[in-house]
Amino acid sequence: MHTVIIGNGITGITAARWIRKLDSTHRITVISGESDYFYSRTALMYIYMGHMRQVDTQPYEKWFWDENRIELKRAWVDTVDFDGKMLNFADGEKMHYDKLILAVGSKPNKFGWPGQDLDGVHGLYSLQDLEAMERHSEGLKRAVIVGGGLIGIEMAEMFHTRHIPVTFLVREQKFWHGVLPLEEAEMVEREIREKGIDLRMGEELKEIWGDKAGGKAKLIVTKGGEKIQCGFVGLTAGVRPNIEFLAHTDLATDKGILVNEYLETNIPDVYAMGDCAQQREPLPHRRAIEAVWYAGRMQGEVGAYNVCGKKVAYDPGIWFNSAKFIDIEYQVYGDIKPKLPEGQATVYWEHADGKKSVRINYDAVSGAVIGFNLMGVRYRHEVCEKWIEEETHIENVLQTLGLANFDPEFYKEYEKDIVQVYNRETGSNLQLKQRRNLSSVLKFLSRT
Amino acid sequence: MQIIQKIGLAIFVIALVIFTLVPGLDSYKISAEDTKINNEYHSVAFERAAQDQGLYEREYSSTFALQSALKDVFAAAQKDLLTRAGEDKSGIPEGVSEWDFKLGDWLFKDYFKFDMYRDSSIGPVSGNPWLWFGLTIGLALLGGLMYILPKFLRPPGIKNDHIYHSSMTRGVNLTWRVLFIVATVIGVLTYGFFYMSGNLFWPGISALVMGIITALVFFAQKSIKHRPAKSASPPKFSAWLGIFTGIYLIGFYILLYWAPVHIVGWISMVSPLSEILNGGTASQWFLYGVLYTLIILVMGVRMMSKYMHNKYQLIRTGSVMFFQLGFAFLIPQILTLLNQPSMDLKNIWPLNYTFFFEWNINDLLAGGNLGIFMLVWGTVLVIIGVPLITYFYGKRWYCSWVCGCGGLAETLGDPYRQLSDKSLRAWKYERFIIHGVLLFAVIMTGMTLYGYFSGVRQIGFLNTGTVQQWYGFFIGATFSGIVGTGFYPVMGNRVWCRFGCPLAAYLGLVQRFKSRFRITTNGGQCISCGNCSTYCEMGIDVRAYAQKGQDIVRSSCVGCGVCSAVCPRGVLRLENASEDIARRAAQKRTIHISEDQIGVL
Repeated sequence: MHTVIIGNGITGITAARWIRKLDSTHRITVISGESDYFYSRTALMYIYMGHMRQVDTQPYEKWFWDENRIELKRAWVDTVDFDGKMLNFADGEKMHYDKLILAVGSKPNKFGWPGQDLDGVHGLYSLQDLEAMERHSEGLKRAVIVGGGLIGIEMAEMFHTRHIPVTFLVREQKFWHGVLPLEEAEMVEREIREKGIDLRMGEELKEIWGDKAGGKAKLIVTKGGEKIQCGFVGLTAGVRPNIEFLAHTDLATDKGILVNEYLETNIPDVYAMGDCAQQREPLPHRRAIEAVWYAGRMQGEVGAYNVCGKKVAYDPGIWFNSAKFIDIEYQVYGDIKPKLPEGQATVYWEHADGKKSVRINYDAVSGAVIGFNLMGVRYRHEVCEKWIEEETHIENVLQTLGLANFDPEFYKEYEKDIVQVYNRETGSNLQLKQRRNLSSVLKFLSRT
Repeated sequence: MQIIQKIGLAIFVIALVIFTLVPGLDSYKISAEDTKINNEYHSVAFERAAQDQGLYEREYSSTFALQSALKDVFAAAQKDLLTRAGEDKSGIPEGVSEWDFKLGDWLFKDYFKFDMYRDSSIGPVSGNPWLWFGLTIGLALLGGLMYILPKFLRPPGIKNDHIYHSSMTRGVNLTWRVLFIVATVIGVLTYGFFYMSGNLFWPGISALVMGIITALVFFAQKSIKHRPAKSASPPKFSAWLGIFTGIYLIGFYILLYWAPVHIVGWISMVSPLSEILNGGTASQWFLYGVLYTLIILVMGVRMMSKYMHNKYQLIRTGSVMFFQLGFAFLIPQILTLLNQPSMDLKNIWPLNYTFFFEWNINDLLAGGNLGIFMLVWGTVLVIIGVPLITYFYGKRWYCSWVCGCGGLAETLGDPYRQLSDKSLRAWKYERFIIHGVLLFAVIMTGMTLYGYFSGVRQIGFLNTGTVQQWYGFFIGATFSGIVGTGFYPVMGNRVWCRFGCPLAAYLGLVQRFKSRFRITTNGGQCISCGNCSTYCEMGIDVRAYAQKGQDIVRSSCVGCGVCSAVCPRGVLRLENASEDIARRAAQKRTIHISEDQIGVL
């Protein structure tokens, strides 16, 4: 049985590792055109900033693949012949597979802007994108970044460390307000501006002009008509599945490759997972395409079970995510909507320094806790998850809130202040009964 | 970079240049009173030869010139005594042993120590030591602080930008690393041969042990299959400033340990300070103590500026600064001033390998109540203190909060923490070497104590004194000093602590098998970015645990907390709690997919 995985990102590699764990007989081949070895895509920015070398972003040593009999092949797949179960590589070589996993990831969105394919216009997704950024950084006078998501802010931070001025165009009126509630969005905006980044909210790209030779980006025009000189344009307005090479085949696609809950495509023995997969029937509170590291990892694991003949439906449980907005860490557990839905209530505490906050949303009627949104404060995943899962009453959560605290030792604990916010807003008189303490956490977690 | 910082850096470089030149500035002129030869035959013969060669008339421009002249006179005196003794030894007076009469080679080192050179120096430095103290150490402090203090104006947060772009901290490529290691090994074994008076046994057995360990790692532990090992090379060319720094530090340690006579310029410079603090003239160890303490203080301030956002780092750094300044430096000085036995009360056996040496026990026993307290204190720390405190807090209570070696590593060494080797092979080496050193320390101390109580100092072919001598040379000086610090820019700031320190091995065994300390990981939040592993000074692949949601229980973890500080997603936390440790550390937990559903995990 030869299982071939296209894509050596977190999804493809997690799938390969789990297939090997579950079944020692499979021949496993992982194909990537991007890099020889699996590296953590989320760490691209740290290579550019000089925090790490590229090799440091590789979670496994090189011998790991031999030892686990996972064959690695560096090649671009040109086309897939699903009937003949054959991959055709760009260099003309072919490879047969018995089972195929498509974990081909995504690529930066381009919305048909004039000049979007000029030299010096790049997203930040792959090693090649990073190399392009590096190449254009020397002597760069200004970079313009288009699109205010997680990658946009990473790119802004990257240029900032090289003292390259950045203009940051964000279409929304508030930063990442499609995801972050208003107060948190404003906090991030303050952080971006404090670092000296020229943030333009409510501003969009109209077109990019090239230099005389017409090859290289030299200025952009905004929808507002402003012209901004720049040697680099970062496109960070989200990503879309990287599935163009699969067009005109029998593979059913929409925005992504359509899969059922077992991550099976419409073609037998062909699976899709990670950024490129689109759930035909997404779970409640989840998107059909989840272009997130964590979802990719979970799908890789689930996919491996299904490839090995153990039917497991993809059920990632309670939503969680994390990011870092320059110096502000962000964690979320549960379904936090940017705008508080009808029937929900929120406890929101913000530190006087404006760089830390805790938000807990709960059902206004039943009191069941729904989600945690954390800025600059670390909370324990398992504890928050258990509270949400068990629909714990907000007042119980608040009184034992110390269980969730995951900040390093000696850090000030703010749980008391959070309880005070609740007391003030609801007229209750709750007391914090549980401070940060691992033993209590372990007892709490083992309680059924 | 701000203008103040640039000026500070320039001042520091100037101070470093002057410092480097200081040992060459004075000249030396000795008089008959300077030589302190306490054997009348030797003394008379030496005086005769000295007069012959005009030793006392000339002024020598450097310590090397003086040493060479002394060697000539010494050789003449040797020859003279040999002639006088006669072929049949009939010239040796009645009742005097041959070796009290003849002048042995080894006595050269004993008779002409650095203090003789120091007392005979004339010139700018010994004439005006405070001026030169100010021009070197003073200016370096000023420049260093001018460079460091403006860093407090930066916004708090992770400050690792450009570490791998800097020629100081980028690390060296494999060729350079091999060069450093091979040169050190050959140098040490060769010098060791002479150090042990031409005895081939100790260098030989050491080379054999190194060979055995390599064989064990590669063959018994199958590391030969693990190729290629994870690269430790920098992304571009090697760090030239780092190589320079490494060589400078190694040179400093060689002079300090084995040729203090050539750094009497530095020693003269700090002598007035020594007289204030402990009432005596300075030795090379006082010089070392002053530099060591000031470096920990200044670089500790730098560490604090870097981790402003992290209270654990601030308190921990304050702790190592306090213990260095108070316990390692000031208290022993003051005790000496008060004519009491002096001891670094936090320097625990077997790191403090001379603690159970006969001379130390005798000194302490002769030192009244305080001496006896120190003897009991040191012993209780080893037997009860270490296991008990490590049980509650892990080895960090010592290694990254109290210890002097750890203190230097966490301050001066912080810019190099990313250079530790994270490969599995390095871990295998680490386990053999560090436990080997612990074994060596235990055997040596066992022989020492046996000798102390029974009077037997020869066991089989092993002589206790020789074992002690080799341990002091090979482990005490070379490994902990030359490799421990000189290798900062080559293999990271914890080479000694990770591969060599026998106390760390002991603490580590307690931590691994009986301690409440561990690092917990935050559920599924790890993004495998590698910051934790990269900045682990002990070379622990923290990410390997974090991405599986496992707790980290490793004997080598010194609990510096930097993995937790640099994690961009808040995944790691240092904890002390006893429950559950075995299960959580052993098992892979998949919290994001329900276990019932899969049923095979």
